[in-house]
Amino acid sequence: MNPLKRFIEKITRGVLFTSSMVTSVTVLLVVLFLFKEGIGLFNQNSVEKHLVIAVNSENPVSAISSTDVKSIFNQDITNWKQVGGKDLEILPRSIDELAAQFTEEQLGEGFKNLSSLIETYILETPGVIASIPDSYLKNDFKGKLIPLKKISLKEFLTGTEWIPTAHPAAVFGAWPLILGTLWVSLGAILLALPIGLITAIYMSEVAGQRFRNILKPVIELLSGIPSVVYGFFGLVVLVPLIQKLFKLGVGETALAGSIVLAIMSLPTIITIAEDALRTTPRALKEASLALGASHWQTLVRVIIPYAKSGIIAAVILGIGRAVGETMAVLMVTGNASVIPHTFLEPVRTIPATIAAELGEAPFGGTHFKALFALGIILFIMTFVFNTLVETVKTKKI
Amino acid sequence: MPEYKVEVKNLDLFYGDFQALKKINFTAEPNTVSAFIGPSGCGKSTLLRMFNRMNDLIDGVRFTGEIYIDGKDVFAKSVDVDGLRKSVGMVFQKPNPFPKTIFENVAYGLRVNGVNDKHFIEKQVIEAIKKAALWDEVKDKLKKSAMELSGGQQQRLCIARTLAVEPALILMDEPASALDPISTGKIEDLIFELKNQYTIIIVTHNLQQAGRISDYTAFFYLGELVEWNKTKIIFTNPSDIRTQNYITGRFG
Repeated sequence: MNPLKRFIEKITRGVLFTSSMVTSVTVLLVVLFLFKEGIGLFNQNSVEKHLVIAVNSENPVSAISSTDVKSIFNQDITNWKQVGGKDLEILPRSIDELAAQFTEEQLGEGFKNLSSLIETYILETPGVIASIPDSYLKNDFKGKLIPLKKISLKEFLTGTEWIPTAHPAAVFGAWPLILGTLWVSLGAILLALPIGLITAIYMSEVAGQRFRNILKPVIELLSGIPSVVYGFFGLVVLVPLIQKLFKLGVGETALAGSIVLAIMSLPTIITIAEDALRTTPRALKEASLALGASHWQTLVRVIIPYAKSGIIAAVILGIGRAVGETMAVLMVTGNASVIPHTFLEPVRTIPATIAAELGEAPFGGTHFKALFALGIILFIMTFVFNTLVETVKTKKI
Repeated sequence: MPEYKVEVKNLDLFYGDFQALKKINFTAEPNTVSAFIGPSGCGKSTLLRMFNRMNDLIDGVRFTGEIYIDGKDVFAKSVDVDGLRKSVGMVFQKPNPFPKTIFENVAYGLRVNGVNDKHFIEKQVIEAIKKAALWDEVKDKLKKSAMELSGGQQQRLCIARTLAVEPALILMDEPASALDPISTGKIEDLIFELKNQYTIIIVTHNLQQAGRISDYTAFFYLGELVEWNKTKIIFTNPSDIRTQNYITGRFG
């Protein structure tokens, strides 16, 4: 072979190799970054930065969880017995409450006496629990500092409250968000599947060539509309409609999210299902008709079974899209991080949470990491869906 | 009993502006094999697909003329097309079994025609597979997918599938063209067997095959039925020069 030719071929191969490697590695690094940041959450507690939790030196409790701290300061937990201590009433005190107990004279100029006053107060009050900025902590503080337990995976996944702004310790329970995501997606798929399938069947089997040539591009066009536009439509049209129809206080509900998502995933479902239906070989249809089967019998007994895996793939891809969708859902679901009981309640999905909160989460902080951990959950969900698609697609009769 | 199983009268057929069949007149007697031969695009498959109205599926087909099967007008308004197709079996060029089990493939025609009696279906399926000379090869794997069979076995399965609904007429569109010589031989033997019970019309590109299996041969050229006669006469003493040229391999 001509050496120049060989050289060019080598270069081409090198370029192709490098670009594919760079792409793969970049994608992998993104995933890696996601996991690194997200898993970091389980390495820390959720107490605010520069804040310590102090108790009386006699208090036997050695560690408590962030959730308990939040409950204590909310006065949901009122006795040390409930967190493994003595039978003693809990007296939660924030720094403001502590400072308010003393006169200006006592505090001295520039609060210079505050640290010792706090120490004395804590030492004299057996049931106290105080959250204090570490700058107001005496160097030789004689009270007891309680370390907060690290956030556990179980606590994160099954916790029923997501309150990143709780004081003094934030609460990160992803369960309502996971449920919210699943509810909205499930609702979307329940709506989109029958409609999408019927449309796909109509387009591939019933509609005339000319009508299909108009309908198909229109449906494909739908998938090109930016999701924020769908969200806007949902907000302006659907939300008031739902509010009026079901006589609700607010129209921003899981149902609104499901409907918007259903509309958004319809093009995916219709296009893929229609393609699958149309891949049924003409020979099979003719074989069925030639045996005396009617058009509908052929559809039900031959075409749909043949396209089954494609149809299932369409559905799962539709769900996949719904699960990851952010903007439209953020705009219409109301974003209340509560566990939903009906479709007519506001819910909050994982992507919406990340989008809404990332801007106000301090870089590298606990909240920041918690959002990344949510990202991991989402990643795993979509990963599962995509794997399912692959398995279903490759499975043939 | 009408004299002819199949009778075609003055059939003209157009795809849009293109005339695919020109004034076709043809008859087939019961329990005979008629072979349609001719170069590609001569209209022989088109004519075959008229007998079970498969051309209904194609947009832009217009025709004039009549076709009678067992003396009944195929295109009469009162004709139930699904019923017609049940009584006119068709075997296609490429084996096209359904992606179902071997048993279900053969039972399909019965099921879609509303037969629910399990025992009857089983009896018909076994009988059809036996008639198609496939029984010994598949009797132990009726519940296996038909896609696991070889091409030749699949084609015999397709024939069995057709036989199960007991058609009056069997159409075969180059049934052996996608098969190896051994499978082709088996299909030809089978056609010879089936002749005792059925009337068969077969489209083939293979002149030797037409010579081996058919009683009558019809030669088509550019949409015209040039001539048809006893196979022996067509192959030894054709009356039209075009037939002679085709038979002797000068074109086509």
